[in-house]
Amino acid sequence: MEMLVPILAAAVRSGTPILYATLGEILTERSGILNLGLEGLMLVGAFTGFSVASGTGNAWLGIAAAFLSGCLLALVHAFLCITGRANQVVSGLALTMFGTGLSSLLGRGFIGETILGIGGMTIPLLSEIPVLGPTFFDQDPLVYLSYGLAVFLTWFLWSTRAGLALRAVGDAPRVVDAMGLSSTRLRYLYTVIGGGIVAVGGAYMSVVYTKMWGDLMTAGRGWIAVALVIFAIWHPLRAVGGAYLFGGVGALQLRIQAAGTSIPAPLLLMLPYVFTIFVLFVISVRKGKGILLGAPASLGQPYHREERD
Amino acid sequence: MGLRVVTEKRVRVPVWLEVLVPVGAVMGALIAGAVLLALLGVSPLAAYAAMLRGSLGDWYGISETLVKAVPLTLAGLAVALSFRMQVWNIGAEGQLYMGALAAAAAVRFAFVDNSLVMFCLMAGAAALAGGTWGAFAGYLKARWNVNEIITTLMLNYIAIHAVDYFVYGPWKDPASLGFPMTASFPAAARLPQFFDSRVHLGIFFAVVFAVLFHIVFRWTKWGFEVRVIGANPKAAQYAGINFLRNAVLVMFVSGAVAGFSGMCEMAGLQGRLQHGFSPGYGYTAIIVAWLARLNPLALMGVAFLLGALLVGGDTLQVVMRLPLSSIQVLQGLILFAVLGAEYFLTYRVRFIRSVPDSPKEVD
Repeated sequence: MEMLVPILAAAVRSGTPILYATLGEILTERSGILNLGLEGLMLVGAFTGFSVASGTGNAWLGIAAAFLSGCLLALVHAFLCITGRANQVVSGLALTMFGTGLSSLLGRGFIGETILGIGGMTIPLLSEIPVLGPTFFDQDPLVYLSYGLAVFLTWFLWSTRAGLALRAVGDAPRVVDAMGLSSTRLRYLYTVIGGGIVAVGGAYMSVVYTKMWGDLMTAGRGWIAVALVIFAIWHPLRAVGGAYLFGGVGALQLRIQAAGTSIPAPLLLMLPYVFTIFVLFVISVRKGKGILLGAPASLGQPYHREERD
Repeated sequence: MGLRVVTEKRVRVPVWLEVLVPVGAVMGALIAGAVLLALLGVSPLAAYAAMLRGSLGDWYGISETLVKAVPLTLAGLAVALSFRMQVWNIGAEGQLYMGALAAAAAVRFAFVDNSLVMFCLMAGAAALAGGTWGAFAGYLKARWNVNEIITTLMLNYIAIHAVDYFVYGPWKDPASLGFPMTASFPAAARLPQFFDSRVHLGIFFAVVFAVLFHIVFRWTKWGFEVRVIGANPKAAQYAGINFLRNAVLVMFVSGAVAGFSGMCEMAGLQGRLQHGFSPGYGYTAIIVAWLARLNPLALMGVAFLLGALLVGGDTLQVVMRLPLSSIQVLQGLILFAVLGAEYFLTYRVRFIRSVPDSPKEVD
């Protein structure tokens, strides 16, 4: 059991960027907007976070700036999809291309630089619980923040009026409009905030996890998060388990590589992607043909209050 | 008197608008790109001039543009076919890699010293491998509703790593000085090049396939079925159109064409399989397909334009020391602009002068 602890702790750490991205996307998709631009948002977040942290010497400022950069990019997606009623799949892809290119264009000057970033913070008492303590409570502040965010979102979605409105706008925007709330405004709000949270996931990678900037450093984690939203059936708490499961696969792969195995690196690198397809397959089969439990009913569909469906 | 903005849905799209919208969108994207370049401290005019000179300024540039237009057309057709059915194949890049991998396997294990036989072997292997890669995602989608966007994307990563496994490992050329690539193919396993340039046989197939796709979309029952499923899946179901069969078939054909394009790229240009031989053609193909509004004939022209953009990007890299990612930014901007401009194809925006003393409408 003692041997497992470092792996479990590493799973939580490497799952955290995926967790932020998944939580952000759950918020966005709950409002009925599909944002496939997570990979681009995360990369821009990672770059913004790193460059601001490096420039100001304040890592928290970097995280805040990353959040804002994500909001700004998601606003473009929101404008095209909500006001312009554009195809959400294609707009998300555009966001990924743009974000990937932009981060690598602007990030050239930062390659090889390292920062202090945000260090660890052990929580007294809780961290002394065997196994669970060092796994969950001997981490960094942003990990704790992500626990809080998952719990907060769960409470928000199912115990508040605003949460009810959010779930309603994802299922039936027309009803929300009839209730006298603006579905347009709600969708803008949650797409933008969701984008910000996704970008924080990217910033976690550069500011906390690796403390450096690397071109394309998210390596598909944004797409894995898109799959995780389905795995989590749009529920923030289930996203936590899913993110650590994937974090565990990533951590395990690194450990096998470090241990000097005879398995060639490209085969090990495939692991998370194969695992994603496998997990997605298992859930989809279990849920039965065509039934997506928990999926917002109007997800991905353009809506116009003056037109008939 | 004030101006009121009224938007209404268009009943019919005029032809001039259908041309103006993509052209205007590309212009808009170039302007946005210019602003970005200026912010980076690069003169946008000098950059665009260098790109234009590099890509279309002389025969060499034009021939290089044609070379890049080949995989863009083929992969663009692959993407357009699946998008027509509202099946989102984002996996052209991976299918392209699998096609090249299978063709390289054919060269390695089934080499025949005859260009025609070898071409058929390579094309068959590539189409089968790319097609299987696509059909796998198509079957999962149709049978269990497994999200095809994610599976095709994950399959991209897997395919790229699979190629890496071979070129870093068992197939690596011992004489390559550590570069991850196979040994050079024999002459019979290469495509002929023409016009004293790198333009290869693939260009012929790009044109043939584009015309073929046009005919299939326009005049065959299958093309019609694909369109109906895309336009209204429910109606298609009531009409007795089999979704499962069509989804698998569309994804197989889509993957096969993409795989074929990977083979052409490898056998027509490098003459060996190497790490990262495609600079994201499969992703750029999505822009090509969307910009061409999924029309196979228009697709050729758009592929040429985006090919020019890529060649121009190479020039930028050399002349102005701007990385290739600046072209990716520009591609993203183009796609954004097209999506935004499409609004005007669906809706008509009118400015109406509201007259204060006009009789009030009674609801």
